[in-house]
Amino acid sequence: MSTLTLPRALHTGPHSGTGTAAAARRRTTRRLGPGRPIRGSAAIGLLTLLVVWSVGSLTGFIDTRTLSAPWTVVTTAGDLIADGRLQTNLAVSAQRAFLGLLIGIAVGTALALVSGLSRIGEAFIDGPVQVKRAIPSLALLPLLILWLGIGEPMKVVTITLGVAVPVYIHTHNGLRTIDARYVELAETVGLSRWGFVTRVILPGALPGFLLGLRFAVTAAWLSLVVVEQINGTAGIGYMMELARTYGQTEIIVVGLVLYGVLGYGSDAVVRLVQRRALSWRRTLAD
Amino acid sequence: MAAHPGGLTVVAGAVADAVDTVTTDLTSTIDDAPAAVVVQDLVRTYGVPTKTDGETPVLLGVDLTIRQGEFVAILGRSGSGKSTLLRALAGLDHDVSGSGTVVVPERVSVVFQDSRLLPWARVLDNVTLGLRHADDLGRERLAEVGLAGRERAWPTELSGGEQQRVSLARSLVREPQLLLADEPFGALDALTRIRMHTLLRELCARHRPAVLLVTHDVDEAITLADRVVVLDSGRISLHLPVDLEGTRSAADPGFAALRARLLDALGVPPTEGTE
Ligand SMILES: Nc1ncnc2c1ncn2[C@@H]1O[C@H](COP(=O)(O)OP(=O)(O)O)[C@@H](O)[C@H]1O
Ligand SMILES: [Mg+2]
Repeated sequence: MSTLTLPRALHTGPHSGTGTAAAARRRTTRRLGPGRPIRGSAAIGLLTLLVVWSVGSLTGFIDTRTLSAPWTVVTTAGDLIADGRLQTNLAVSAQRAFLGLLIGIAVGTALALVSGLSRIGEAFIDGPVQVKRAIPSLALLPLLILWLGIGEPMKVVTITLGVAVPVYIHTHNGLRTIDARYVELAETVGLSRWGFVTRVILPGALPGFLLGLRFAVTAAWLSLVVVEQINGTAGIGYMMELARTYGQTEIIVVGLVLYGVLGYGSDAVVRLVQRRALSWRRTLAD
Repeated sequence: MAAHPGGLTVVAGAVADAVDTVTTDLTSTIDDAPAAVVVQDLVRTYGVPTKTDGETPVLLGVDLTIRQGEFVAILGRSGSGKSTLLRALAGLDHDVSGSGTVVVPERVSVVFQDSRLLPWARVLDNVTLGLRHADDLGRERLAEVGLAGRERAWPTELSGGEQQRVSLARSLVREPQLLLADEPFGALDALTRIRMHTLLRELCARHRPAVLLVTHDVDEAITLADRVVVLDSGRISLHLPVDLEGTRSAADPGFAALRARLLDALGVPPTEGTE
């Protein structure tokens, strides 16, 4: 391999021109990066799936008793909205998830701060949380039902437990892995304890916290799905469970799509927050 | 007197009080200025002393006095304990044991080899870190290091030299009586380093802190310092005043003579010294 190649800068493509406008517009990408971002890349895979589903239903390749056709799902959703069932159930589900998420984030963050900022706190908190991490929240469900019954508190607590753990783990890890050099810097510029926490510790742990938040959001929806199938009287899961007893696949699919939209939507919101809050960071994805 | 790990006596701010009369007297030369830093018989060992019978101390009794406004450069082989000495002066040596006396002024600033800017704080916030209501002063210092207009930039958007200039601004915004710098230009390219030398000399001439600069670059030491000391086998083995007139140039015979003496003290054969 000894072919002589021009240095990169000397390659002149047909479009590169010599005008300054062309030069100004030129944007290069990292050679070892994943390449330029594709616009609407998230939609490509989903659209493909939708097309396969539609074609399968049209040609009868997919039995409508197994999986309803996309248009049936859409009309069913329309009917459900028209008689108000969808909204009521969605509101109940969203409230559960939101409440559990909120409490879980607060608890997880508080525990992580106490455990990350003091050795005594770590001694008391870290062990139990790590053990709790090894037990899936859903495995605790029988116990929680015994303690709290099958009502709303049990559902919210289950979601809270599922949320608090990832928030704790990632925030705590973020706190503990802050570069010791910054601690040294804080000493030399005479930062107070409070200044150290607000200027170094919290912003330094923010990437970890936000990563934990993404896991937490997913965990919240996951827990929601499970608790809603237990003796609900309202909620998307209840709606689906009811549909199962009547063999209404289209309603089940509406519920699934709804879960998907909610889960994906909330993850997108967290990602947006992440991008905003961490604009100082330069990563491969940029 | 401040309590210090390792049984060391640290007197902070003691010298500063007695100094007011002199700082106004601009005619006084450095030689009669009062001491800003006094180090006496400093011994430092890494690790727990009881366990390290065989371990020899890194510093074996360092004596060093730095006067107000004096610029001292410290040379020494890699691992000779330069950073250890500087960290002792900065009060950053928590993991060492030892004895001796260290007297430093109240306001001490440190410039590290890495610029050590908080990546999540904008340039101006980095400069004023730990200070309140210092934005105007911070802007002023940034302008002094040639970075006016970059206050809102993120540290990652700056070049290595620019980052180090921000770190210089951060150290100066505190009006330090003592500036400690541990190979601050070690990671910069040669051209940037020359620019930084000029800048540092200007800044020191204006703000007149006492300076202790750790470097491994003999020419850098001669170019910048009023006095060069060599650290060897745990002690200061050579004090060399740099009495060169006017702008210092490596082509100057006086410069070459100093370089030869320093290289000799560092144990470098003369032929290798001229790079
Ligand atoms: N944190 C540490 N723990 C143990 N030994 C250390 C530590 N830091 C430095 N040393 C040792 O102390 C000696 C002096 O180190 P240092 O002061 O960093 O040298 P210099 O800055 O002159 O290159 C070296 O032999 C080094 O191995
Ligand atoms: Mg060093």
